[in-house]
Amino acid sequence: MEETLVDIDFKEKEEYIINMGPQHPSTHGVLRFETCLQGEKVKYIIPHCGYIHRGIEKMSESLTYPQLLHLTDRMDYLSAHINNEAVALCVENAMEVEVSDRVKYIRTILAELSRIASHQLWWSAFGMDLGALTTFFYGLRDREKILDIFEETTGSRLIQSFITPGGLMADIHPNFQRRVKEFITYFRKKLPEYDQLLTGNVIFRERTMGIGYMSKEDAIDFAVTGPSGRGSGFQCDVRKIAPYSAYPFVQFNEITYTEGDTYHRYLVRMKEMWESLNILEQLVDNIPQGEIMLNLKAIKAPKGEYYQRVETARGELGVYIVSDGAPSPARIKYRSPNFSNLFIINKISANHKIADLVAISGSLDLVIPDIDR
Amino acid sequence: MTREELTAFVLEQVPDMKAGTNKQFPECIVNAEQINPLAKALKENAITKMDYLFCETAADRKDGFHMVYHLTSSVHKHNLMLKVILTDKVNPSIPTVSDVWHAAEFYEREIFDLFGIRFENHPNLKRIFLEDDWIGYPLRKDYKDDFILER
Repeated sequence: MEETLVDIDFKEKEEYIINMGPQHPSTHGVLRFETCLQGEKVKYIIPHCGYIHRGIEKMSESLTYPQLLHLTDRMDYLSAHINNEAVALCVENAMEVEVSDRVKYIRTILAELSRIASHQLWWSAFGMDLGALTTFFYGLRDREKILDIFEETTGSRLIQSFITPGGLMADIHPNFQRRVKEFITYFRKKLPEYDQLLTGNVIFRERTMGIGYMSKEDAIDFAVTGPSGRGSGFQCDVRKIAPYSAYPFVQFNEITYTEGDTYHRYLVRMKEMWESLNILEQLVDNIPQGEIMLNLKAIKAPKGEYYQRVETARGELGVYIVSDGAPSPARIKYRSPNFSNLFIINKISANHKIADLVAISGSLDLVIPDIDR
Repeated sequence: MTREELTAFVLEQVPDMKAGTNKQFPECIVNAEQINPLAKALKENAITKMDYLFCETAADRKDGFHMVYHLTSSVHKHNLMLKVILTDKVNPSIPTVSDVWHAAEFYEREIFDLFGIRFENHPNLKRIFLEDDWIGYPLRKDYKDDFILER
């Protein structure tokens, strides 16, 4: 049947644009999705960022390395230890010094604890995005145990600035090892509860299976890393590709799935929590003795360019330092995982319902301050 | 591929390439107009297969803007660093690589926003973090505004 002018006009009018954010709860921060809808169906999404751009890279150019370290906590605040570690490793590589095994072990334990804490918070919020409020109580209850361990050793709960170039701010608290071991036994009992509550839930599976398919080629092309990339079969775990700190000493599996939908991105993170517990178990009893801080006269990188990759809870964090030999960098670039993970959303949520968009953006696990820096 | 093999491959594509001094990654310095064909060759050739651009950034240096590309292969796991030095400090411009790696589209928007480097043939070159009417490019060394703190 031939379309009349009225029909075409009506169809064009059917499309409308709605802004999700910057204060929408499902964006988990100040991010705006300019969403073009046709009925309930998403036609395309334009992400608008910059609402929380603080110019961390510009600020860092006038700070010394131990000072600029404190800004890195404020990027991906759920992986604060890992961000600190990235800068510390980059500066140590530049200065050609190596920290003791004790420091390496403690850094890795703290990093894996943050990874679990981050995944717990993601799991809580993801359930809540899909309308399951109970997950939030379960997740935060268990995350509290990790934050208590952090508080006892580092003095703060969310942004610690504990790992510095040359070692650690302080030695671990005498209770540290006991508490970590208690947490491992405790959380091994609690993780199956997570599966009972959400993973096996029929409504949850209906909402996530087959939604937001991302192919392996797309993941690589858009540089989507971390659990989101591994859910599509992209083997991008920096802990395996370029091992750092104590990762060469431990046995663990890189979790990958080839399905690439929201459900499998979810599964990668659930399995990663088990792997992190295994890593913790291998390390916590074997922390060797050693110096916790190298005796460095001045912390400055020699003239040159340095790059360090680490695996945060959300993907690959890169720190690129250009130095003139001064106490502060001439240029510091943070290749943040969330920035690259964000822009795939237009491709994977096209032609899905708007309710699925919430599930998809939840499964990418975005932390907005890390996008904007 | 080893360091030497990778540098030799780039040399084959771009005969006037200069080797850099980076210890971590093999570093190749090329001219601006060579970057796009070189990127295509590195990605499409089966022996290099540089399909993953994990970092693209710029730095404001004395001799001009340095564009830096960090590449790796998801198959062969080898790394490479490409560098382009843009000597024009007022209106720098370079061909885009966003047609080769999709990730570059957004890295380049960030570089345009903060350094003011124009990317030729970029599909959607506009500011990504700052407002559209922002004056100046903050990560340039000569950037000044009324609120900046002198240290």
